[in-house]
Order: sequence, then structure tokens, then C-alpha cells
Amino acid sequence: MAYSLKVMDHYLHPRCAGSLDEPLQHIGTALVGSPLTGAVIRIQIHVDEDTQMIKAARFKTYGCGYAIATSSLLCEWLTGLSLEDALQIDAQAINYELELPPVKYVCSKLAVKAIRNAIRDYRHKHPVKMAS
Amino acid sequence: MAEKPVYLDHNATTPVDPRVLEFMLPYFTEHFGNASSRSHPYGLEAAHAVEFAREQIASLIGAEAKEIIFTSGATESVNLAMKGVFETYASKGNHIILLETEHKAVMDTASTLEKKGAAVTILKPESNGMIQPDLLEAAIRPDTILIAAMYANNETGVIQPVQAISAIARKNGVLFFTDATQAVGKIPVQVEQDGIDLMAFSAHKMYGPKGVGALYVRRKQPRVKLTAQLDGGGHERGLRSGTLNVPGIVGFGKAAEICKQEMAADTKRLAKLRDKLEHAFLQMEEVQVNGDTNHRLPHVTNITFRYIEGDGLMLGFNQKVAVSSGSACSSALTEPSHVLIAMGLTADQAKSTLRFSLGRYTKEQEIDFAIKAISDTVMKLREISPLWEMYKEGMDLDQFNWPG
Ligand SMILES: Cc1ncc(COP(=O)(O)O)c(C=O)c1O
Repeated sequence: MAYSLKVMDHYLHPRCAGSLDEPLQHIGTALVGSPLTGAVIRIQIHVDEDTQMIKAARFKTYGCGYAIATSSLLCEWLTGLSLEDALQIDAQAINYELELPPVKYVCSKLAVKAIRNAIRDYRHKHPVKMAS
Repeated sequence: MAEKPVYLDHNATTPVDPRVLEFMLPYFTEHFGNASSRSHPYGLEAAHAVEFAREQIASLIGAEAKEIIFTSGATESVNLAMKGVFETYASKGNHIILLETEHKAVMDTASTLEKKGAAVTILKPESNGMIQPDLLEAAIRPDTILIAAMYANNETGVIQPVQAISAIARKNGVLFFTDATQAVGKIPVQVEQDGIDLMAFSAHKMYGPKGVGALYVRRKQPRVKLTAQLDGGGHERGLRSGTLNVPGIVGFGKAAEICKQEMAADTKRLAKLRDKLEHAFLQMEEVQVNGDTNHRLPHVTNITFRYIEGDGLMLGFNQKVAVSSGSACSSALTEPSHVLIAMGLTADQAKSTLRFSLGRYTKEQEIDFAIKAISDTVMKLREISPLWEMYKEGMDLDQFNWPG
């Protein structure tokens, strides 16, 4: 399978890889996938409580080059987004940006699931803090 | 154009030795005759060349020239041996025994035979990839006609206890067929000492050309009979019709001769390089060698790098080093290797496994280069692997309930 230049670039130079070193309550975390299905993605977001903006996003991914590139691109996009805007990111935008082959749409789907779960996790920790 | 990657995939195929090529070339042009045209010098020349190659090949495996049947490769030889025995010995029985770690050629031939009424028993190896001879003995039934057990495995290099297997076959009056594609030319394979009745092998795995192989068919004690699988001119004692691939056969013969002469020296040199490679990787944590290291081809090692995914791993160095992975990638789904699964690896372990197979032209600098390229990739991917982090935190990932 030929990898697009963009996939290779993210794979070779992943953006935002790693873990967030913040107190737990500011962090939304999600772990999705399984080794058996070929990919596990963990996404963490650091949310500014007042603005509801994502200050930083980090990923760790077990998977093929596509899974790594997808996570990397997503975290790049997330940085500086509001939670509401982050929820709007869909798999198709990732497919388009990275020129994913259709058999790898599973990667972008998984990454989108990860960000949605991470936001849910954050909101779960801050149930009452709504718009001020 | 970037430089080509270091080639450590000799179990897939080997380059043709230049001495082999030189030997072959006149048989495309000057000596182009059909080896069956015995009425004129063109044909006779070709026939003599074929018989000379037959001698060279027979000599490598301690057989008689008449016991060598030329085919298009090991796949065809496997098909001829198994289907040929099944049809010929139908009156004696229909039960075939094989190992779970056999090559696809053997596995799929067996399932075709199963559809045609064969009873097939597939034996599980130990976790070291070797078959327990007692298990084999217990599987034999009165209607067993054939045991198919490969000599050396293409993925792990594990060498089966061939002499113990053949002794059991002999004792029970069952024919013993071995797929020795990876063994012939690399380690001493001797059909008499090893008690082999039928043996498949291929030129392109031993520095000969692609598209030519052989089936050894024992002629004495016992005399093995086969039903031909191709109808036609009755070449190769009626067992394999079709005009002989003279240049290919000539090259196969020369390749066999070189292997016989240089095997001892090649083996020694390659085992050293293989060990260097293996030891370097074993310096890292959670790296495991698959297969019995005391019964293994000298130029092969099969290594699992845990907590990183196989395709991702391969992508990190495949412009630099050419190896095979523990999975068969069919575009959408990557199937884990049935060989590694049979040895008890989980699917994801099998997928993060690499097979290294060194060859006649492998140099020490290439091994050093491969060690660096692959170690760097492994470390980099573990750095961004959530599984690695979880493992380092002491979690038992085998028990972990994955969210999916
Ligand atoms: C063990 C084994 N058997 C059979 C084959 C098939 O050989 P050929 O390519 O000559 O048909 C191979 C090669 O991949 C092999 O490794």
C-alpha cells in the first residue's frame, strides 16, 4: 500500500505525541481500540475551564502508520479549539486531509471516537461547570 | 533514486549467483534445443545438460539421479507429491498427517484433498515449533498413507526432528514427504540418512533461478509410486509432462553444486552474523526469539518486538531494510502468521514479529545497519505506544479489558 506524503510526514514527525503532565481534573482522557483490531489510541486534552478551549492535546498510539498519522493530525487540529468545535471534527475531514485509502477509514473513525470520549470524560469530571 | 534497502529476506527468494547465471546463459541461445528432441545434436546437447544437472542435484541430497523429477518449483512438487500419493494409494487408505506449521502449499493441497475425500490430521507443534514424535506416532491409523512434515520452517527456521519422524513412518509403513524448500542447499539434507520418501525443493531459494524446482521420489525401499498431475508428453518418467526448462534446470544444477561446496563455510559465517543481529535485539526489553534456537537454520531468526504494531514497525525502516513480517497483508485485513499462532503467540504478538533471513552476500556492515535502523524504530514507536506505557506501569495487558 502506498502511503501519502502527509501520512509519512506525521508518522516520521508525530505532532503532540506523549502524555499531559497536568492535574487530573483539567484533563479529559480516552483510550479506544484494542491490540487485536490493530490499533489502540489514547487521547488526552487539557481544557481551560473558563473558556472551554483545548489548551493542549496529546496522543499515544499503537498501530500502523495510518493510525499514528491520524492521531497526530487530530491532536494538531485540537489545539486551540473549543470543545464544541472539537466535537464537530468528523472522520471524513481526516480521510480527506491525509488521503487515506478506504480500508484505513477505520483509523479515522477510531480517532474521532477517541476525541469524543475524551471530551465526555472531561465533562464528566466537570458536570456543573456550564457556560458562565 | 535512493539506495536499495539491505536485503534480509532470503527465505522469500535469493538472488541468482553470478556463477549460476553464467552457466545458464548459453542454454537460452546457442544450446536452445528441446531436451526431448533426441534425434539431433541440439536436443542431445540439452538432454545431456539436463542429465548433468540432475546428477548435481542428486549429489547434493545423496540421491540417485533417476530419483529427481524436475518441476516448476516447490509448490508444484508439493502438489505432485501429495495429490500423486493420494490418488495412487487410495486402495490402502485416505488418511494424511501434517504439521500445523506447514507452508501454504502443503496446507492448501491438504484441504483440496480433504474435499476429495481425504481424512486430514493436523498436528500442533510444541511452543518451540517442533513436533513431538510421540504425538505423530499416536496419530497414525491403519488407513494412514502419508506424513507431510516440513524439513525447516520458512518463518522461524525451526528444523523438525526429521529422522525421528521418518523412523516412525517407516515402522508403520507410511510414506514420508518433506517440504525441504528452505533446507536443501543450506544444511546437510541426505535422503538416505533422513529416511525421506518424497521431498520438494526449489532453485530460487538456493541462489538458482525462479520457476524451477524438483521432487525427489524414492525408487528403492520402498519404491514410491505417484499419479501424474499433468497430462501430456510423458516427460520425467511420465510424472511431469511438459518441455523441460533447460536453462532453469542447468542453473538449478550449478546452484546445487555451489551449495554443496560452500555450505559449511556459508553456514559458519551466517550463523555468526545472525547471532550478532539477534543478540543486539535481545538487548532491548520485551523482545523474544521464536522457535527452538538449537534446531534452527543458521541464517534465520524470527523476533517479536512486543507492544508495537507490526505494520507501523515495518513502515519505520522498510526503505532501509527488507524483511518479512509475521503477518500476511491482504490489503484490508492483516492475517497473523498461522505458524506463530500454532506456536502459541497471540495475534498481536504475531503481527509485531519480524523474520530475518540472511544470505550468501550479506555483509557485517549490513547487519550493523539493520540493527540500528530497526532498534531506532522500535524505540521510537514504543515511546508513543500506549501499550508500552501501560506495560511499564506494571499493568497486565493480557488481562486488560480493551474498550474496543
Ligand atoms: C517451505 C516452503 N515451501 C514451499 C514454497 C514454495 O516454493 P516455490 O516458490 O518454489 O513454489 C516456499 C517458498 O515460499 C517455502 O518456503
